[in-house]
Amino acid sequence: MLLLSGNEAIARGAWEGGVRTAFGYPGTPSTEILENLVKYADPCVYCEWSPNEKVAMEAAVGASLGGARTIVTMKCVGLNVAADPLMTLAYIGTEGGLVLVVADDPGMHSSQTEQDTRQYARLAHIPVLEPSDSQEAKEFMKYGLELSEKFRLPVILRSTTRVSHSRSQVEECPRVESTMARGFIQEPSRHCPLPLWGRPMRRELQRKVEELSQVASRSPLNRIEEGDPSLGIICSSIAYQYVKEVFPGASVLKLGFAYPFPDELIRKFASQVKKVLVVEELDDFLEEHVKALGIACDGHNLVPVCGELSVEALRVVRQKLDGTPAPVNASRYALETLPARPPVFCPGCPHRGLFFALTKFDVVVTGDIGCYSLAVFPPLSRTDVILCMGGGISVAHGLEKAGEQKKIVGVVGDSTFFHSGITGLTDMVYNKGTSVVVVVDNRTTAMTGHQDHPGTGRTLMGEETYEASIADFGKACGVKRIRVVNPYKLQECIDVLKEELEAPEPSLVISRAPCPLKKRQAVGTLRNIDPAKCKKCRSCLKLGCPALESANGVIRINPLMCAGCGSCQELCHFGAIAPVESEGGAR
Amino acid sequence: MNDQTVSILMSGVGGQGILLASEITAQAAILAGYDVKTNEVHGMAQRGGSVVANVRFGKRVFSPLIELGGADALLSLEAIEAIRCHQYLKAEGVAVVSTQRVIPITVSSGKAQYPDPQEPLQKLFPRLCYLDAIAIAQELGTPKAANVVLLGALAGQGGHLPREIWEAAIRRCVKPKFLEINLAAFRRGLEAK
Ligand SMILES: Cc1ncc(C[n+]2csc(CCOP(=O)(O)OP(=O)(O)O)c2C)c(N)n1
Ligand code: SF4
Ligand code: SF4
Repeated sequence: MLLLSGNEAIARGAWEGGVRTAFGYPGTPSTEILENLVKYADPCVYCEWSPNEKVAMEAAVGASLGGARTIVTMKCVGLNVAADPLMTLAYIGTEGGLVLVVADDPGMHSSQTEQDTRQYARLAHIPVLEPSDSQEAKEFMKYGLELSEKFRLPVILRSTTRVSHSRSQVEECPRVESTMARGFIQEPSRHCPLPLWGRPMRRELQRKVEELSQVASRSPLNRIEEGDPSLGIICSSIAYQYVKEVFPGASVLKLGFAYPFPDELIRKFASQVKKVLVVEELDDFLEEHVKALGIACDGHNLVPVCGELSVEALRVVRQKLDGTPAPVNASRYALETLPARPPVFCPGCPHRGLFFALTKFDVVVTGDIGCYSLAVFPPLSRTDVILCMGGGISVAHGLEKAGEQKKIVGVVGDSTFFHSGITGLTDMVYNKGTSVVVVVDNRTTAMTGHQDHPGTGRTLMGEETYEASIADFGKACGVKRIRVVNPYKLQECIDVLKEELEAPEPSLVISRAPCPLKKRQAVGTLRNIDPAKCKKCRSCLKLGCPALESANGVIRINPLMCAGCGSCQELCHFGAIAPVESEGGAR
Repeated sequence: MNDQTVSILMSGVGGQGILLASEITAQAAILAGYDVKTNEVHGMAQRGGSVVANVRFGKRVFSPLIELGGADALLSLEAIEAIRCHQYLKAEGVAVVSTQRVIPITVSSGKAQYPDPQEPLQKLFPRLCYLDAIAIAQELGTPKAANVVLLGALAGQGGHLPREIWEAAIRRCVKPKFLEINLAAFRRGLEAK
């Protein structure tokens, strides 16, 4: 038995299930799946970080058509990007089993939206499997690969933050190779959805959905746990675990294979119980269908529809149903007076200097998603809008075309630039925009835990490779003004931004310095504040560095935290901040 | 074997080393023969935000998350983060809290006050073990072992798992190079009152 997170278990399931190729783009809570799969050595599985989810999906389709069992991994919003190839794949069908792992994020712990991937399964007419712990995550992966090969359809394995990031025990099994013939079948009528061939594909897809509904009714992934017949609860995913805590005696229909809906099984369960309650996280996906089958049930009239579920939330549901009092755990401290602790740029973060420089200009900043999203918070407060990956550039362009009076600066990260920034930059130059685009190039995909990308010169499998150049891409798009700045030199950043903001043409500023967490080393020598020289003017605090602590009238640098970037030293007018001599700092 | 599920909540600030503490606890519970579930925060909050980890073990564990009022013990690497989580601890639960203060940016920027934690901690937690884990760890050679000092203090307080099992779990989770320091940290924690 191993204690594995859901993501580690999904990786294990892929390996045991004979997967040969794996593609993905990082995104919390899905990232650790490929990071773990790549560790298996015997046999090793080909794993890659693709530049974005659409490319990952398309490459996976190629691999599957070549006969390889394949997985693709992404977070919920990644599927928005990959939706186009997925829809068509359902028509042309898979050859080697293909499981698309999508990790949803109820409660929006690390996502800009709270979306329910089961809706995509229905939209694409393909099966969706929902594990509720790590053992199931591993087994469902293997089941999904076989189901995919049997029905020549992609299968979605839908995880959630709590499934992916909870650990539980898992039984190991040996690897089993697929018996699928390898090699691409050159048969265009099978793989080209031109209307002539696409229409029959559409009818065939519908036939598969109908057959799969029966398969789901008999699937071992769906089970009835007989209990007190007065209440029957239909649930899936992590909600099952909460149901077992709060309604230990109830009858339960646990759905691990929820779409195509197992109609037969749902009807059978409903006939065995007096009253049906559907408990599901996010949309009323099951509930709507149960009602469409003509079965009366409770669901989102009692269970919250926004945010993630919890044992506490279900205790309230139970109270409404049968009067069992939900425990009250009143606060015994005025928690609202406790200082909030929002996430911040790390000490020595290279993004800090660039955004500090932006505080000197009255411009609109269209930001993007990455560690640098943290620039929205005080004291920097230097991002005005965030849409989606790549949007930092295109939104700037549209705002300019609407006649915005202020100059606009669009900011994206390096991984984001390769993900979907290049097309926006192409648009800006092509359509004669004049905004400033800043790429905050910290040489990694930091927010999701420091993954490589096309600009780092390294692959997920640890090989050296060509290091794509952001500046060269800018040049190829037609940008004439391309500048590279060192974000630890605050004045230099301010000067360059000033020149570029005055230019009547598009400009690309690359703010380049590696993330110290990725390099696992300090930026420079630990700094210290000389209390005799410090005039408490608070200039240094404008950086928002968490190592600069000000409490009870004392401003000091926490030696356990300082990364020695020196930015605060540049801001001190009184020479109170200096490197600590010798001792080598805290590290 | 205990029939009741035991729930241990850990709190702190992103980057403080809460993950190792939960990993060791989970391994110890496995070695003791329990079913175990844990949950940890990844992503955005890890950049210096408030973070928690949940460890639950028993005969059969369903939810990986501890509910309000459901924790048998609270282990906090930071003083006010313990206060933030106080509603999770059972009335008779043990709180093991490091005196370490990590000043949030909201305080440094003058928007909020960092309260004196000692008095509220004593009021909120009748069974409180409040110790300078960083100082003890630093004495042993690295402030990074503060989390294991706290685990030692937790082991010294509650009777959930025997000491040998904790030490075996540390041997499993810590790199050989840091093993001696961590075992020493654990033993120093055990002595804490
Ligand atoms: C479509 C989509 N895919 C993935 C993510 C997850 N995600 C959020 S931030 C980020 C990394 C951005 O990296 P980079 O642009 O280099 O910025 P950094 O975090 O390094 O500052 C990713 C992959 C997302 N939000 N949207
Ligand atoms: S992980 Fe790196 S890029 Fe992200 S906030 Fe920390 S230093 Fe900055
Ligand atoms: S040198 Fe100053 S700004 Fe840089 S990490 Fe240290 S305290 Fe923070």
